[in-house]
Amino acid sequence: MNANLANTLEHDTGVPPDEARVGFWASLREHPEWIAVPLLFVIVAGGWELAFHLLQVPPYIAPAPSAIWQSLVNGISRGLFIENALYTLTEALLGFACAAVCGVVLGSLIAQWRFLERTLYPYLIAIQTTPKVAIAPLFIIWFGFGMTSKVIMAGVISFFPILVNVIAGLRSTDHARIDLMRSLRASRWQIFKMVQLPSAAPMIFAGLHIAIIFSILGAIVGEFVGSRKGLGNLILQMNTNLDTAGVFAALVCLSAMGITLHLIMHWLQKRLLFWSEQNQIAQV
Amino acid sequence: MDRNPQIQLNGQGLLPTAPALIELAGLEKIYKTRGSRSVQAFGPVDLAIDQGEFITVVGPSGCGKSTLLRMLAGLLTRSGGAIRVRGKAIDGPQRDIGVVFQSPVLLPWKTTIENVLLPAAVLGLDRAASRKRALELLAMVGLQDFTDRYPGELSGGMQQRVAIARALLHDPAVLLMDEPFGALDAMTRETMNMEIRRIWKGSGKTILFVTHSIPEAVFLGTRVLVLSPRPGRVADLVEIDLPDDRDIDVMSSDRFGVYTKRIRNHFHAKGMIE
Repeated sequence: MNANLANTLEHDTGVPPDEARVGFWASLREHPEWIAVPLLFVIVAGGWELAFHLLQVPPYIAPAPSAIWQSLVNGISRGLFIENALYTLTEALLGFACAAVCGVVLGSLIAQWRFLERTLYPYLIAIQTTPKVAIAPLFIIWFGFGMTSKVIMAGVISFFPILVNVIAGLRSTDHARIDLMRSLRASRWQIFKMVQLPSAAPMIFAGLHIAIIFSILGAIVGEFVGSRKGLGNLILQMNTNLDTAGVFAALVCLSAMGITLHLIMHWLQKRLLFWSEQNQIAQV
Repeated sequence: MDRNPQIQLNGQGLLPTAPALIELAGLEKIYKTRGSRSVQAFGPVDLAIDQGEFITVVGPSGCGKSTLLRMLAGLLTRSGGAIRVRGKAIDGPQRDIGVVFQSPVLLPWKTTIENVLLPAAVLGLDRAASRKRALELLAMVGLQDFTDRYPGELSGGMQQRVAIARALLHDPAVLLMDEPFGALDAMTRETMNMEIRRIWKGSGKTILFVTHSIPEAVFLGTRVLVLSPRPGRVADLVEIDLPDDRDIDVMSSDRFGVYTKRIRNHFHAKGMIE
């Protein structure tokens, strides 16, 4: 039986010669979506373009894809989108980083001490059930039109998914692993550091994955309420000027940013949590 | 606490001739249920285990086999009585005791060797020396070619071997094993039984091995502790006089059959098997 397994393992390391030769076409047959996804884009964009020309929709109501593309190319070449996107991204990532640190630390403390959980629970529920967007105007008053208020907004919005997942993850540690550590006379800190935290990592990561996308939302909301720069600010300006194509182009930038962050998180998860059976959980 | 005044003695008589390695004196576990009623789950049990013995524990489901082992491991508080190791009363987990659980309980983010080194990390042992010992132990359980694999890449039998190597890393005098091969298929299980006998003979450890398989208990043990149904008490303590160099063939010998029959009769007498 063990010999069998050893054989299987050996075979896995070498790539069978057949597959290597056929290469691209074989993988294409296995992943028809590589064709289907761009095809769907062409159909939708083409249909959209065609319909707009036939129906003669005024460009300030909604732009045709060609107009959005034009606007995007213009905006990028003038540096407008890049500069504002980087500004928004900085706000989002700083907020996310604060939320990650606070969420992991507070979540760990709460998971360790029942008393702390019982004390903080009603307040956490109260804060979580309040729509955070409604607090945004206050942040502008307290922290001004600059970057700080957006960082805080992004942080507040992305904090809870992290906190909840940290607590749930730490709580769900397999009890046998804790018994193992106790049988070795491990200290509470050792149990936390060596077993509970790594065991909770897949769930914590799932929380971080949701949170990093939320942080962009927070930054944009903050910019909507009051700002001088950033993609949210740009969208407001373009909206006022009835530059609908520009608004769409900014949205394309935003979603590109979101997709990039998602892919980075996905890649990190695959690299760091390769051992996890629940590797699928984090796929938002 | 309604202590049963009648204390059961081990087969050897009241006082063991030499000081035992592990002594259980009136060890028992009582669970409090709601409504302040208490349920006697285990014992009281008296038992003396000598250095180098291989005690196997059998008994019907729910008789407290695992409870006994968990109390010895210091993972469960006892309700009464005492556990003494080398004459010293103990409370809580001991450095001198290694535990192998029902499931391998490997940490999936660590490689085989890192898992075996876990006790060294917890106890703060010398790194280089521990690593050398871990490699020796992995060679002993036949996993020298799998040191850098992750648990997910190993079969169930291999995982349990890693767990055994891990339990031996800090060189405890006593090894507690709680149905360690229960989840393995019959073939692997036989191999593992041979292997654990070999490890026991080679290392001079004292082993307490919980199982629900009577043949396994007879094959492995120098003595078989037969527990009665809940609350588990000593129903019998069977001295196994089989050749020291046992192989699988011993299971078809007459003497082996006599032992298994004697133990099985306890089960039938109590109406535990239909």
